[in-house]
Amino acid sequence: MNAYAGDVAALARKDLLLEVRSRDTLPAMLLFVVSALTIFHFALPSGSSERAETGLLWIAIVFTALLGLTRAFAAEREGGVLDGLVLAPCDRSAIWLGKTIGLTVFLVLAELVALPAFALFFHPLSWDLVAAVALADIGIASIGTLLAAIAAASRARELLLPLLFLPLAIPVVIGGVGASIASDPGSFLAFLILYDGVFAILSWASFEYVITE
Amino acid sequence: MTEESRLTDVITARKLSKRFGDKRVLEGLDLVVPRGGFVLVTGPNGSGKTTLLRLCAGLFTPTDGELEVEAPRGAIGFLAHEPLVYNELTALENLDLYGRLYRLPERRERAGAMLERFGLWRARNERAGTFSRGMLQRLALCRTLLHDPDLLLLDEPFDGLDVDGAELLHTELAERSSVTALVATHDPEALAARSTARLALA
Repeated sequence: MNAYAGDVAALARKDLLLEVRSRDTLPAMLLFVVSALTIFHFALPSGSSERAETGLLWIAIVFTALLGLTRAFAAEREGGVLDGLVLAPCDRSAIWLGKTIGLTVFLVLAELVALPAFALFFHPLSWDLVAAVALADIGIASIGTLLAAIAAASRARELLLPLLFLPLAIPVVIGGVGASIASDPGSFLAFLILYDGVFAILSWASFEYVITE
Repeated sequence: MTEESRLTDVITARKLSKRFGDKRVLEGLDLVVPRGGFVLVTGPNGSGKTTLLRLCAGLFTPTDGELEVEAPRGAIGFLAHEPLVYNELTALENLDLYGRLYRLPERRERAGAMLERFGLWRARNERAGTFSRGMLQRLALCRTLLHDPDLLLLDEPFDGLDVDGAELLHTELAERSSVTALVATHDPEALAARSTARLALA
């Protein structure tokens, strides 16, 4: 167990180090989410409901995550590194977990900018909204990493990833918007926890089959 | 496979085939590589040399036939066309990461020693993405040999190496005389003295 945790930590740390050096993914995610919220701010008629505004925030979050996911395995593709990782005697699910942790950190950092920007442009944040976004990050990173690995093996990866990811992100949007606007957000937050658990277990268990032919 | 051959043969392929869609890359290949054997795989471009190595490494699954590789995942050293290293990590960081995943004791020292042997010590803190083709091949060889593998799967090991680099590789292979190896090459004469058999793919 300690060795597994060590492998996951080493792989996650590596992803964060690669991002610090290359600055490929996070700046693009930040620029995208702030630009999207700015466009929504001017596109939405004044006096629009908080429900509509919250819906736009979730659209921005899902597409920002998609942007990060498209780069999730870019470093591995460049040098054929995924083959090297697959051949290592560590549990292959550690590759998924390390990558998922790295992606979750990118999403959280993007939202540390996006949520205050949303509050500035639209309406104040509620704790339910923040909790829903945090739970959504885990689910998006879990299933998104698995789908990014599937897409990375394809020549049409830029096309394939949105087609695979967006349908599976629908429950996240339903849970997230519900938790953000409902008078009783508990059931929606519980739904997001269930989504996270189910897709994390599925992704963890199936990653080995996805990255080997 | 008999119990005796299981003990002596590291790679056994029977009527091994690999297709990608309609394209047949390998068809009905029979191959036995005994423990300690050093088999050169030759053939023109597209004859399936790389595919055979990837099948033996477990990176491809056969379309038909049987393939038995009597070496666990951690005991295989695979040198591919690509170096399998991160461009944004330094040479030392790349080897340290692999050392961690291969659970090597004193991995940092081991990585340093390997870089020194392949003449990359001075470049240890430089990012792999800034390396020349020859330096990348040396780093890839460091990665391949870092965990002292029992089975070497080498795809064009001299590719990009200068005279000194080729000499270093000859020395490393000579020091690992008991290791089993399957080597795809366009220059079989370079390893003729070391080889125990040749497989010519058409």
